[in-house]
Amino acid sequence: MSQTWAYISNYFIYSAMAVYTLSFFAHAYETAWAVRAPQTDEASTGSLMTKTLDYTRTEKAARIATAMMILGFILLFAGVIARGISAHRVPWGNMYEFSITGALAFTGAYLGALRKYDLRWLGLLVSIAVLLTLGTAVAVLYRPSAPLVPALKSTWLVIHVCAAIISGGVFLLANVIAGAYLYLDSMERKGPRTVWAQRLPSLEVLDQLSYRLVAFVFPLWTFAVIAGAIWAESAWGRYWGWDPKETWAFITWVAYAAYLHARVTIGWRGRRAAWLCLFAGSTFLFNYIYVNIYGTGKHTYSGL
Amino acid sequence: MSKEIELPELGATGLLRYSWRQLTSMRTALILLLMLGVAAIPGSLIPQRDQNPMKVREYFSDSLTLAQWMDRVSLFDVYGSPWFSAIYILLFISLIGCVLPRSVEHFHAARALPPKTPKNLDRMEFHSTWNAQGDEIERAYVLLKAKRFRILRENNVISAEKGFTRETGNLFFHLSLILILIGVGFGSLFGMRGDAIVNIGERFINIPTTYDSLKFGKLLSEKALPPFVITVDNFVAKYNTLTNAPEDYTLNVSVVEKPGAPSVKRIVKVNSPLRFGSTNVYLQANGYSPIVTVRDGDGNVALQGPVPFLPQDGNLRSIGAIKVPDADPQIGFVATFLPTQARDSVQGGISVFPEALDPKMLFSIWRGDLGLNTGVPQSVYRIDTSKMERIGLESLKPGETFSYDGGSITFEGFVPWVNLQVVRDPGKNYALLGGIVAILGLLASLFTRRRRIWIRITESGKVEVAGLAKNAAPGLEIEIAKLVTLLKGEK
Repeated sequence: MSQTWAYISNYFIYSAMAVYTLSFFAHAYETAWAVRAPQTDEASTGSLMTKTLDYTRTEKAARIATAMMILGFILLFAGVIARGISAHRVPWGNMYEFSITGALAFTGAYLGALRKYDLRWLGLLVSIAVLLTLGTAVAVLYRPSAPLVPALKSTWLVIHVCAAIISGGVFLLANVIAGAYLYLDSMERKGPRTVWAQRLPSLEVLDQLSYRLVAFVFPLWTFAVIAGAIWAESAWGRYWGWDPKETWAFITWVAYAAYLHARVTIGWRGRRAAWLCLFAGSTFLFNYIYVNIYGTGKHTYSGL
Repeated sequence: MSKEIELPELGATGLLRYSWRQLTSMRTALILLLMLGVAAIPGSLIPQRDQNPMKVREYFSDSLTLAQWMDRVSLFDVYGSPWFSAIYILLFISLIGCVLPRSVEHFHAARALPPKTPKNLDRMEFHSTWNAQGDEIERAYVLLKAKRFRILRENNVISAEKGFTRETGNLFFHLSLILILIGVGFGSLFGMRGDAIVNIGERFINIPTTYDSLKFGKLLSEKALPPFVITVDNFVAKYNTLTNAPEDYTLNVSVVEKPGAPSVKRIVKVNSPLRFGSTNVYLQANGYSPIVTVRDGDGNVALQGPVPFLPQDGNLRSIGAIKVPDADPQIGFVATFLPTQARDSVQGGISVFPEALDPKMLFSIWRGDLGLNTGVPQSVYRIDTSKMERIGLESLKPGETFSYDGGSITFEGFVPWVNLQVVRDPGKNYALLGGIVAILGLLASLFTRRRRIWIRITESGKVEVAGLAKNAAPGLEIEIAKLVTLLKGEK
């Protein structure tokens, strides 16, 4: 047990939080400053809707925001690795470690999607979510680096938990996008989008994007559940026992399966699909927060 | 217009057919799927008999009427309840009714040639047209064939189709779910599960009477237990000195697989059970058995040996009952074993570390009727003291003896015990196979695109290309653009 590595890990994670905070401010600056107030002469000509968007002047802030996000990811990655080295194992043995790894997966999912889609508008929400997760982890969930209990000593820890964390990161990203969809949809029902919201993608794009993310990660989630079952067979003597964690993993699976069927087979789009997506994602969150902290059963590894 | 609507007579078969159509419709399946998810919730919030019988008993002692009502609607046994079963059975019937006809249809469709080219290609997606060179059809044929399209070629027209894997994967995914259900059912009908507490140094013989609890599947006879004998040689538990959490359990055993077979030394760990075919032996729990000698007033031994105690917390503070039914009147000791003893101002005697570094046994002595002959099953860890009187209270360290009015007790020492769990599940390999096929099918169905491409040379000497993406999955536009460039490019 190398405590030095645990301290190094803590420093990396604090630094990552500082950098994410900078990223948050840069994203906030960009979102706010891109809206240009009407010039005096323009204003005199009339309507109130003359506010325009001008990205040229916030381009620098936007670049800084994304660069900080990448730097935060690297620092967090280093922090997670150092935590693993300090404990001589993969760094997901208690809820503090799940949280920092989950935040890493979430930023990773965002940065990965950013390469393909123009998602910079989402950065503000992502940086808030990551800061909240890391803040809770450091303030509430922190536990000293320690070895695993015997039931966790298995290769499946790497496979099963890794698959679950990545799925979680992507599910949450899909949830954030579905949430943005619902927000913008209700805005559009009242009238045209407000100026700052005009730069966000169209409703169709958001709708498609949250679906793609779910469809992409659903097989991985299925794999996480099955890998968990294989592990449970060798650790607990049964592959399925309706343990609260297993039950909620099953509920999440069923909810996303229903979401995919509703879209592909019945052709749900838009609001209804977004609500179903949010519901499915919230079952995942419930499993992570409630079952880890208050739940009974065999998955009580939060260390709290 | 008449307001009266004439309903056709349905009749019995008509009604059946109507119900079947309703049940196998996608909408019903979706509702059942969501219902299954919702129905699974109460079982995760209310304690279940299978997992936590103690908590269930608490419900009954807290409020009997409420607990009885909850029990009547199977809330303590959600996953075996009639309503939960009803939902998943209906869901699976709906699934079978949907998937089997589709499989047959798909099997025929996959062997048929692509449909003929529509007349007006300009109404299709990604339509493009240019002046023909003449050999476009031939070259398109070669290109599409190389990409493993299924092609219907007529004179100056090609109709090509690809992506049947999508539906194949989809069907395999759903069929594999049925396989998983079969595996689960098979396992519960022909499986067994039992627990036995074995003190270190003792032998476990795999016959029904050596188990503390044992459950057989409905179609498995008691004779099916494989005749192995396990001698528990040694058990080492390592604990972290900072967190008190266990770090490692290692159990050394000698196994005789069947009468006459040689004894083999094996190591059992939490993640590596002993495996005998489809029967596994797991190391599931451990604790301490204090070794005691109880003597009567004349100094004769009334009871001697290790008595398993039940751990109550992470530091293995364990409670137990030492019952001496042969004494007259009967004697009982309600006892607590502390592996590393300490005193707490609120809780009294506590243990501060799970390893036995400074063991102590606290007990109260009871005299009277142990109630063993009442016919009511009793816990081996507890004593019903309603017909007894307390005659003493003491704590002992190993080697010490306490004499009371009518006898004495010696705390000789302790020995660890392990809980061996024996599980037979012949269905799990089917379930595993189902799981693997499900993932492969899912991948195939989510990541293949089914699409058609048509190429035609019109009478006016123009090449027409168009396509149709059957699943609204993106990528066809690029594919057609590439094809068009290739066809145009080679001049």
